[in-house]
Amino acid sequence: MSDSLLSPVPDDDGAPFWQYAAHGELRVQACADCGELRFPPRPCCPHCHSFASEWRRMSGRGRVWSYVVPHPPLLPAYAEQAPYNAIVVELADAPRIRLVGNLVTAPDAPLNSVPAQRLRIGARVQAVFTEVDGVSVPRWVLERP
Amino acid sequence: MPGIKDATAVVGIGQTPFAKHLPESEKALACRAILAALDDAGIAASEVDGLASYTMEETDEVEVAKAVGLGDLTFFSKVGYGGGGSCATVAHLAAAIAAGQATVGVAWRSRKRGSGPRPWKNTTVQLPTPAQWTRPFGLLRPADEIGMLARRYMHEYGATRDHLFNVALACRNRANQNPAAIMYERPLTREMYMTSRWISEPLCLFDNCLETDGALACVLVSAERARDCRTRPVYVHSAAQGLPAQHHGMVNYWNDDPLTGPAWTAARHLWKHADFTPEDVDVAQIYDAFTPLIPLSLEGYGFCARGEGAAFTEGGALEIGGRLPVNTGGGGLSEAYVHGFNLINEGVKQLRGTSTAQVPGAATCLVTAGEGVPTSALLLRS
Repeated sequence: MSDSLLSPVPDDDGAPFWQYAAHGELRVQACADCGELRFPPRPCCPHCHSFASEWRRMSGRGRVWSYVVPHPPLLPAYAEQAPYNAIVVELADAPRIRLVGNLVTAPDAPLNSVPAQRLRIGARVQAVFTEVDGVSVPRWVLERP
Repeated sequence: MPGIKDATAVVGIGQTPFAKHLPESEKALACRAILAALDDAGIAASEVDGLASYTMEETDEVEVAKAVGLGDLTFFSKVGYGGGGSCATVAHLAAAIAAGQATVGVAWRSRKRGSGPRPWKNTTVQLPTPAQWTRPFGLLRPADEIGMLARRYMHEYGATRDHLFNVALACRNRANQNPAAIMYERPLTREMYMTSRWISEPLCLFDNCLETDGALACVLVSAERARDCRTRPVYVHSAAQGLPAQHHGMVNYWNDDPLTGPAWTAARHLWKHADFTPEDVDVAQIYDAFTPLIPLSLEGYGFCARGEGAAFTEGGALEIGGRLPVNTGGGGLSEAYVHGFNLINEGVKQLRGTSTAQVPGAATCLVTAGEGVPTSALLLRS
């Protein structure tokens, strides 16, 4: 599998994120008692210590908080698409919740489909989903391409 | 409550040659560095009763102790988070010796990062923050993770590639004075920097540290015993570790203020227990796996205000004769990258007056470990 993109390896805390992603839903863990959102997911709420959590649906809208353009040396599947972008998106619904992803021209487009010079901090983006080795993962497209 | 202030001193330092490839094993290199440090101190191996190293160190205490003939060990500790643990190895020994848990401590790091594998290529190794949130998206290497913070830092504060070049140049200039440095005979120009290949934009080749084989060690004893040693004692004045609330390691994207890293936490403790302030620091050895870590650390350790770290590098401030000479052996960028241990030994050399780029009359030195990961720092004084 060394020449395919890496699939997420979920842990107990993160598994629901990927289950919702499989249904095309972007959801973030929240405390079921005090309501605080948290990311990455974890067993209990750092604010009120409740172990009860729920997964709150996000609109999928956000803004680019930062980005890099990796060049080789990289793992083979990534080197094939390099230079590509990796971005951090802050969610419109919860600006302190940020997700790492890739800005693409369409859900199934390659990681290098948006020219590097089109990347900028603050750009409005929308979550979409694509499948990598049978696992649904979020990608991001520009709200106004 | 008695603390560790000036209670212990570094009395011996040792190192192997540095190279892209050394033929000997990490274990052999570790033994050579430790024996060199003990020889420098004039202390017999059989007197060592304390050890400290990194969790990433692959030669364990049992191997070291039996190979070099150490005595009965009563204290041994390992610190996590890669290069964030460098200064903590000395800090743990200082605490152990001050508390009476050991009398002669040795800290070391041996690594074949030059000829050995790149850790990020092993995707089965788990990260402090689960890799499911980053690696599938091609955020694979430390350079990518720190590059993300660097881009945001440049955006928020107007930092430029010229500022990062100032950092790379200062380290290279010091390496050009240090015959033991990998980059001893290889000057760096602005044109070389600006036209070099990208690693992860905004970071280019020269924003990244070297890949080095080598080992270093130092010997710590009580201040009382240090007075009888044959080298000039370098006292551990203050020491700190730092793991901030809601910190996430190099992918620190998920708290309120990702650009306020572990340096800020370590610095608060470090200065609280010190008799002097950042203005009194004569020379600094600042962890430089990547150039942006230096402006971030300058802010964190209080040499300038938040957002001013890049501007601080202007006008030759980091060079000899500048406001704060840094990484006077060349640092991880241009001397050797051995998880920051060369920065510790260089701090000792400055306070002995034996650096190849000596800051005249240097009496105080800050040494830091990796920023962007749970970190540590030392204030040394002569």
